[in-house]
Amino acid sequence: MIVSNLEILPGKKITKHLGLVQGSSVRAKHVGRDLMAGLKNIFGGELKGYTELLQESRQEAHERMLEQAKAVGANAVLNIRFSTSSIAAGAAELFAYGTAVIVE
Amino acid sequence: MADLIILVTLLALGYGFGRYSESTHYASIRKREKTLNAIPAIASRIPPQGNPNFDSQLVSGSVVISVDYFKRFIAGLRNLVGGRMTSYETLLDRARREAILRMKEEADRLGASMVFNLKLETASIHKGRRNKIGSVEVLAYGTALTPN
Repeated sequence: MIVSNLEILPGKKITKHLGLVQGSSVRAKHVGRDLMAGLKNIFGGELKGYTELLQESRQEAHERMLEQAKAVGANAVLNIRFSTSSIAAGAAELFAYGTAVIVE
Repeated sequence: MADLIILVTLLALGYGFGRYSESTHYASIRKREKTLNAIPAIASRIPPQGNPNFDSQLVSGSVVISVDYFKRFIAGLRNLVGGRMTSYETLLDRARREAILRMKEEADRLGASMVFNLKLETASIHKGRRNKIGSVEVLAYGTALTPN
């Protein structure tokens, strides 16, 4: 599976477009992490727990998108975009979408 | 009186630790930017034409970073009079540069020669909470082109 956020693949021809595929995941932070983040809010600096958490959930959204692409028989997903939206205080949705295509 | 003492302690802690962590972070950003300059990150959407021998792969880097208590306090004061919020400017600058560096580090591990179509996405984490910025997440992603 080739994954890219370009619209075309250099040196490869797109033979078929299969439409939009998407994946999302909604995560909430747990209390322990919130406490640590509260402390970090005094001292400043990177919130490693949150970085990891968001990375994991983005990875999950990404994998769900790839599953969908596999299901429609694509061998590449192009023009991928990520977006984040906060739904409630302490929960965030991570969303990934792209175009499933078949390349040579 | 007790409240005032707590406030002053928090401000002093925030000022000291925040300043220290910012200067060490900037030093490490500058150092890594120098070594990763060999991999340009380009915001152009069109990949290089006429040189088709590239493998493309998505790379990304993200960071969640928080502002310290002192800077948040200063920003609160700044809110009253308006103007440039320098304390948040450096926060976002650090976050963006760090996210791009992490993305480039991933590209470097893949042996890529450049990163195309760089996109930056910013999300404020504490949005739901009393409308304060506090901490931001920055995600940088792009397509790494590896010569094959």
